[in-house]
Amino acid sequence: MTDLPLSQPGAARTDKAGSLLAQDARIKSRNAAEKRFRTYGATAIGIAVLALVVLLVTIIGNGAGAFRQSYLTLPVTLDAELIDPEGNRDPTEMSQILTLSYGRVLDQAVQDAISAQNIQIEGLVEDDIRGLISREASSQVRNRVLEDPELVGQTVEFNVLAGGRIDGYFKNRVTMESAERDGNTSPAQLMLADALKERGMLVTRFNWNFLTNPDASDQRPEAAGVGVAILGSLYMMLVVLVLAVPIGVAASIYLEEFAPKNRLTDIIEVNISNLAAVPSIVFGILGLAAFINFAGLPQSAPIVGGLVLTLMTLPTIIISTRAALKAVPPSIRDAALGVGASKMQSVFHHVLPLAMPGILTGTIIGLAQALGETAPLLLIGMVAFVTEYPDPLPQGLFDPASALPVQVYNWTQRSDPAFFERASGAIIILLIFLLCMNLLAIYLRRKFERRW
Amino acid sequence: MSLSWALLVSLGLACAGYLIGRRRAFAVAGPDVRRLHSRPTYHGFSVALTSFIAGLAVMFIATILRMTGTLDVYAGPIWGWIVLAAAILGLVWGATRIDSGYKARNAVERMVMGVLMLCSMIAILTTAAIVLSLIFETGHFFQLYDWKDFFFGTEWTPRFQGESELGILPLLWGTLYISFIALLVSVPIGLFAAIYMSEYASPKVRSFAKPLIELLAGIPTIVYGLFALMTVGPLLRDYFAQPMGLGNSGSSVLTAGLVMGIMLIPFVSSLSDDIINAVPQSLRDGALGLGSTPSETVRQVVLPAALPGVVGAVLLAASRAIGETMIVVLGAGAAAQMSVNPFEAMTTITVKIVSQLTGDSDFNSPEALVAFALGLTLFVITLALNIVALYIVRKYREQYE
Repeated sequence: MTDLPLSQPGAARTDKAGSLLAQDARIKSRNAAEKRFRTYGATAIGIAVLALVVLLVTIIGNGAGAFRQSYLTLPVTLDAELIDPEGNRDPTEMSQILTLSYGRVLDQAVQDAISAQNIQIEGLVEDDIRGLISREASSQVRNRVLEDPELVGQTVEFNVLAGGRIDGYFKNRVTMESAERDGNTSPAQLMLADALKERGMLVTRFNWNFLTNPDASDQRPEAAGVGVAILGSLYMMLVVLVLAVPIGVAASIYLEEFAPKNRLTDIIEVNISNLAAVPSIVFGILGLAAFINFAGLPQSAPIVGGLVLTLMTLPTIIISTRAALKAVPPSIRDAALGVGASKMQSVFHHVLPLAMPGILTGTIIGLAQALGETAPLLLIGMVAFVTEYPDPLPQGLFDPASALPVQVYNWTQRSDPAFFERASGAIIILLIFLLCMNLLAIYLRRKFERRW
Repeated sequence: MSLSWALLVSLGLACAGYLIGRRRAFAVAGPDVRRLHSRPTYHGFSVALTSFIAGLAVMFIATILRMTGTLDVYAGPIWGWIVLAAAILGLVWGATRIDSGYKARNAVERMVMGVLMLCSMIAILTTAAIVLSLIFETGHFFQLYDWKDFFFGTEWTPRFQGESELGILPLLWGTLYISFIALLVSVPIGLFAAIYMSEYASPKVRSFAKPLIELLAGIPTIVYGLFALMTVGPLLRDYFAQPMGLGNSGSSVLTAGLVMGIMLIPFVSSLSDDIINAVPQSLRDGALGLGSTPSETVRQVVLPAALPGVVGAVLLAASRAIGETMIVVLGAGAAAQMSVNPFEAMTTITVKIVSQLTGDSDFNSPEALVAFALGLTLFVITLALNIVALYIVRKYREQYE
């Protein structure tokens, strides 16, 4: 190809295209399109990150209150006439006295405290004083007295839960305006709470009980905790760990290392990839039909939840384990076989240890997924209202229990807004567990990652 | 002795079996261990495995008998002892087999192989159990309720006293509407995020933004549900629905759809990321070499080449959206209706499965059994979407390999 001589008449380029340094209209619009496109991409990422931030901030903002709780410190005179009418301090007789009598003792104690502190508030009625302390408080006092009957007749300092509305007032959930419309509280009661706070009798402090208490009934959100739910989740994770990990790893070893290429293994593989995409609620239906109706296992027991979650996480574990096994180069297997190891020895002595970090990472991620799963557990009856701790293992696997995510769902179905705060608090605990598991997985991956 | 304790004890027996087997092997070998066919540890393992497998097999049989009802459900104690006896018998038998010519390693490998094979069968077993239990109970349902009314009925009004109208169409409409909104949110955002990540972002931005987006994928759906219920729902109601006079319900199709869209962003973006990265670099280089800008390369070369894969990713996301439960349970409401107003509460198949099975209705009533028919419908829809999507994605991958 020869260059055209520049002196040709057609060489009037300057008229049409202009300088290379100045952009013409077409280039300008192309560059603008380029810039727009780039902005769309950046905006998309921005929206995703923003959504994440808003999600976390609102949940943490809503739930932080669950970790703080208002307590009232009171000198309580344990009136012997009310709680031990026989007067012989016999624990068996005293255990027949219901919490109702202790409630009266407490009401009296609050009355006394108010008059002792010389607090005068207009429009304060008896109901307001009674509502100041939680309904949980009377059973709190009762348990303490039954433990130590010698306390009867004495005046003892008690640290009791304040009522849910009072607690909400100090967390800005309840205001003077809302109190006027609320049948369960009144502005006078809130003023009384303010006065008690000034005198240091009412304090809002860190709430360990939220982590250890079982669920509480509709009327006393201030006493509800996630203790049973954490234990139930723990039991279920144990079942998943004991069943899903060995079975998943064994299945992947067979499929990756030993399985002959035939129809059956093809079917198994297609099956596993489809199982991974089956909606989780379908596993719940399976659990209900197979484990509860057919096998007769008890409802809302951690063993059933664990079995359902095992079936659900198996595909995840199998897929990640197979990827980890596949990443071990064939030269390792060849070398082992070359020095006389059997196929089984080459796999268990050489390939498996090298694939272990990958398997562990996949397993932890599978467990994290199982921990946060809710839908299947709803169907096998884990929504039940459980206030008893399950027994220790292994019998406890068959006792009714709750689970963290299900407890959250349960609380969102209650009418008192104080339970929403509890639900967000439980979510924070769940997210902390998940964060720890994921960090562990990332740490393991970083520490043992090997490039061949 | 209950079965769970029997299992623990037989685990202990297996450990004891290992030690016994090893010691016996040493004893049989005399001064020279090389006289043994297999190393002493294999003899130990063979005894442990025979003992444990014997116990487990008896336990399995007991469980099967329990399930089929031949055995009293709480006849645990006797069976625990039988399991234990089987484990001890296995131990003794395994121990007597040990002598210098015994091929312990081959025996152990055969047993391990069998166990591995059995484990891989569990996937098939699960699928079979799902399909069987769904079909079985759906069959029950259709004996009590006409299938034509179920599939073509436009009314969903379950009643306790019977005479319920159980048409799936309003639920299907709600499911599809919410999934559509979710895809409308997640596909553009996810796709653009993936394009930006793979074509524009500097390594620094990528190492920061990618884990953040993946974090969204690790958040449990109940958290999204609570977010929809407590934040997004009231927000949409107070600032959009009420001022525009479109309704005053906190839970709505739009609430659930938006939040589900956020949940699906990482799913769509990581799938499309894989697909975009699978487009050969030579195609990009060719387009850039001809003078096109990066965005023109993406739009006119990379995306058309990746289109089948992207379609597959969208189908997978759709199947996720259709099967999602907690977000719709907390965000979409429970009113079964067919309306086009996105600010109205509607309901989905998954919501109704939960509400029909967690209620107090009798398990053998059509009101409870309908959940299995709904579950089967859901299973078939998601399975079909998945099979089509996986087929497309696989076909597309082969194209560039």
